[in-house]
Amino acid sequence: MPPKPGERIDRSTSVEFSFDGKKITAHEGDTVGSALYAAGQRTFSRSFKYHRRRGLMCCAGQCPNCLVAVDGAPGIRACTEPVREGARVEHMNARPSLGVDAMAITDAAGPFTPPGFYYKTFIRPRRLWPAYEWVLRHAAGLGRLPREQAERTWRTEYRRRHADVLVVGGGDAGLNAAIAAAELGADVVLADEGAELGGRLLWEGGHDHARKLADRARAAGVEILTSAPALAHFDGLVPVWQGDTLHQIRARHHVYATGAIEQPLVFPGNDLPGVMLSGGARRLLGRYGVRPGNRAVIVTASDRGIRTAIALREAGIEVPAVADLRAEPSRACSRLLSQGVAVLNGWTVVAARGRREVRAAVLAPVAAGESHGQDREVECDLVLVSGGDSPASALITQAGGRTEYDSARGYFRIAEVPPNVTVTGQVAGEGSFQTAQISGEHAGLQAAHALGLGDNRSRGRAQELRSRLAAADRGAEAVPPAEVPHAAGKAFACLCEDVTAKDIHRGIREGYDSIELCKRFTTVTMGPCQGRMCQLPSVRLMAQDTGQSLEQVGTTTARPPWSTVPIGALAGRPFEPAKRSSIHGRHRELGATVRWAGDWRRPYDYGDPEGEALAVHRSAGLIDVSTLGKLLVRGPEAGEFLDRLYPNRHSNLKPGRVRYGVLTSDAGRIMDDGTVTRVDEMSFYVTTTSSGAGAVEQWFSWWLADWGMDVHLADVTQAVSAVNLAGPRSREILTRLTDLDCSPEAFSYLDARHARVAGVPCLLLRIGFVGELGYEIHFPAAYGEDLWDAILEAGAGEDIRPFGLEPQRVLRLQKQHIIVGQDTDSESTPFGAAMPWAVKLDKEQAFIGKWALAHAAEHPATTALVGFTLDNGHVPTEGAVVLDTLGHAAGQVTSARSSRQLERVIGMAWVPAELAQAGAPITILDEGSRRSASVVTEPFHDPSGKLLRS
Amino acid sequence: MSFLLTCPHCGVREVADFAFGGEVSVRPRETPTFRELSRYNYFRRNVAGVQREWWYHRSGCRTWFQAERDTRTNVVLRVGLPGELGAELGVGP
Ligand code: FES
Ligand SMILES: [Zn+2]
Repeated sequence: MPPKPGERIDRSTSVEFSFDGKKITAHEGDTVGSALYAAGQRTFSRSFKYHRRRGLMCCAGQCPNCLVAVDGAPGIRACTEPVREGARVEHMNARPSLGVDAMAITDAAGPFTPPGFYYKTFIRPRRLWPAYEWVLRHAAGLGRLPREQAERTWRTEYRRRHADVLVVGGGDAGLNAAIAAAELGADVVLADEGAELGGRLLWEGGHDHARKLADRARAAGVEILTSAPALAHFDGLVPVWQGDTLHQIRARHHVYATGAIEQPLVFPGNDLPGVMLSGGARRLLGRYGVRPGNRAVIVTASDRGIRTAIALREAGIEVPAVADLRAEPSRACSRLLSQGVAVLNGWTVVAARGRREVRAAVLAPVAAGESHGQDREVECDLVLVSGGDSPASALITQAGGRTEYDSARGYFRIAEVPPNVTVTGQVAGEGSFQTAQISGEHAGLQAAHALGLGDNRSRGRAQELRSRLAAADRGAEAVPPAEVPHAAGKAFACLCEDVTAKDIHRGIREGYDSIELCKRFTTVTMGPCQGRMCQLPSVRLMAQDTGQSLEQVGTTTARPPWSTVPIGALAGRPFEPAKRSSIHGRHRELGATVRWAGDWRRPYDYGDPEGEALAVHRSAGLIDVSTLGKLLVRGPEAGEFLDRLYPNRHSNLKPGRVRYGVLTSDAGRIMDDGTVTRVDEMSFYVTTTSSGAGAVEQWFSWWLADWGMDVHLADVTQAVSAVNLAGPRSREILTRLTDLDCSPEAFSYLDARHARVAGVPCLLLRIGFVGELGYEIHFPAAYGEDLWDAILEAGAGEDIRPFGLEPQRVLRLQKQHIIVGQDTDSESTPFGAAMPWAVKLDKEQAFIGKWALAHAAEHPATTALVGFTLDNGHVPTEGAVVLDTLGHAAGQVTSARSSRQLERVIGMAWVPAELAQAGAPITILDEGSRRSASVVTEPFHDPSGKLLRS
Repeated sequence: MSFLLTCPHCGVREVADFAFGGEVSVRPRETPTFRELSRYNYFRRNVAGVQREWWYHRSGCRTWFQAERDTRTNVVLRVGLPGELGAELGVGP
């Protein structure tokens, strides 16, 4: 076609892509759909069930017909997808090719797949369902995902946007609304699904006007999102999907200018390639300079089709006939008549004929019913249908609006909206160019006024616009009949799911006579168009069959998402936060195997877990324990606060001393454990498990908020690093780095000291969970690598070795130090976990867990946590079952390791209480075989704690 | 689910900023009977209506506060630091 003002394509640049291997040349600005159409492609897809040929229908991304795969991603609408150099476009749902689709036999086979067919036929025998399913999945379906989940190359960005006004729809009305609201000072966001603002102005000759409006909106400070469909409206939030970004927009007021959706008509052959909505043809012509056909028959229920006829004729396309469902000719009709076009008022289309493509339309008077004496067959290669404009109200009803059947216009109009929603333009029934503009500006003013903006002048203006709206002439529309009972052949009510008018009749006969039931039975409205094209036709069919009014039939609920969106966009960020200690770089250099431990990346070992554990026993080892949770608890009531939280006592702790503590819930269950150090009179330094850090901080601050005590909490987990220097030679090594008197007398077990180590200010705790003399050294995280290096260097002569989590687990197990969450679960109390000493029931405070623990003390649990050893070298699986004397499952193994130091297999297990005695034999059922083990109730290593205290 | 919540310190935020602490319940003052204790530990009123509940501004100032929220609509009527909301539910500014 010759260039036209307002077209989108740039004729000076060409873009090349491939379709099913064929090379296609397009212009910059083309869509895949427009380029393919221009290249002569008419069949774009095969239908869902019958594998019928389908061609472009709406050219607006609203129907299911043009779904293709682009570079392997299925479900892309060709008509809205911009062309890209080198893109690989492929058809979907047809094998082997679009031209020859083996499954098209299902079309000829006819009643093979009536609705409800799957439910009824394939359900028996049940055991064959997997086989049926396999076949059905291949017969149906609209695309395939790549089998291998490719490394995801894109990721969804999430953006929260709080705005005064969100305008959805950037056509005439939406733009005017956005400008009016923004000019009164509102913070406005406007989202439109098109690549360019202007809506139908763009292809109906208002291109310059659209551009001026867009410029004005920008100048007024409106944030404009294009190619950005709004997906839903719920909880006051409108998600808008744009490229890789999901904007979660929360506005105080919403203006919906979502326009209307041109409706198809239900008649046999209405899905043939070449049967198109009038808007589709106008888009091809006006936007892309593509000639939609050479001879077009137009069938319309309003002036929209008449305007299309005029536009086509201007472009040199023949229009042999126009069937106008309205009995009375409108002014535009007369104009067309005077140009010599046969406008048949009170007529409609009753069939489209053709095999691969449409070649004729059969027209007849609407009133004629079954008598088809006056049929007129008109040869053509294009049938353009305009079955009325149905308001795109889905988001508005999601927002809480209500629709009502408008019998004069034949669609469901918006009858009621919530106070923070305004509707404008075509969706509000203001479809003419004049009223769209006026109602848009009015909506913008209204939105601003609702937010308390504006003044007397703006209110006066709103008043004036209202009276102009009231006086406007909106033109007549006809209500199309539900269907024209006529020639045989499939008349589709729903193209997405291949539901014919007959299917709906059948559904109703089978008793699915409410619209929601019918939807579920026939799946009408459940496909990619989300009811845009099939809601109204199916409601009309149902009304006709059941004798109800359309009002009574009502509509189905349009659930989110309203527009197509990749599941990945909703799945959340493919994003795993990782925490690393300040010493992490060194671990890598030392060849550590790094693994996940909760949120942390931690050294599992340095290549030799057994050797690392032995080094701790024989000489010295160093482990990074920066992951421990660390809390500073300060204030006059800090001691009292801790006494209320822990089952044991901390207020009587002397400054410079450390005590172990287990935290319980009010149900007496173990939540976490760690150490409490009294730093000075007013302050305590509390450590928690690595995984419990966040929860403990939350727990402490919660009770603090509730009790309102004079205590200050600070979580210093990230700010403070810590290492544990352990082993018989650790004292010598430490002495080389500090002036602190490290003699056992001056710095004894469970003491805490402030000192500089290698020049770094540290808090040293003489504790050790690994069963040897040891120092836990806490210091500012920034010094992580310095201190780590200094200690390893100072210990080089002693063969000090860094050790990882795995050797540490063995060392801890040797001491029967439980790991909360590993050896305990949400049912474990300190009594069951063999830590009665950690509970002081005689404490005066009603500490958290006191009452439940007092009860538990009198009602011992039936199982208890004990150590066990096994001598035949088998390491039982963690989780293996412990049997009671009768051979019933009565407990489980929670930890088990082979210890090089002890040369035996050791573990922890929950066993029946009566077996919780030293030497008691237990049976472990592990992966089918029984193993005998014996109970050990004291630490396997250094039971007296002599080494620890040395 | 999404709605706005006002932190007494930081102001209006998306609910995703916060951790939910459950409905406000009263810890027994005196040693409870076992029955009372179990009720306190394990039973919740779970009202369909306005309830007073705990919220923690996890991704913000790390303050625990209380809110009165209509569980049916997610409309938050009032927020306050512990003790600020008074004894009566659903009354106030
Ligand atoms: S033709 Fe592309 S969605 Fe209708
Ligand atoms: Zn806050």
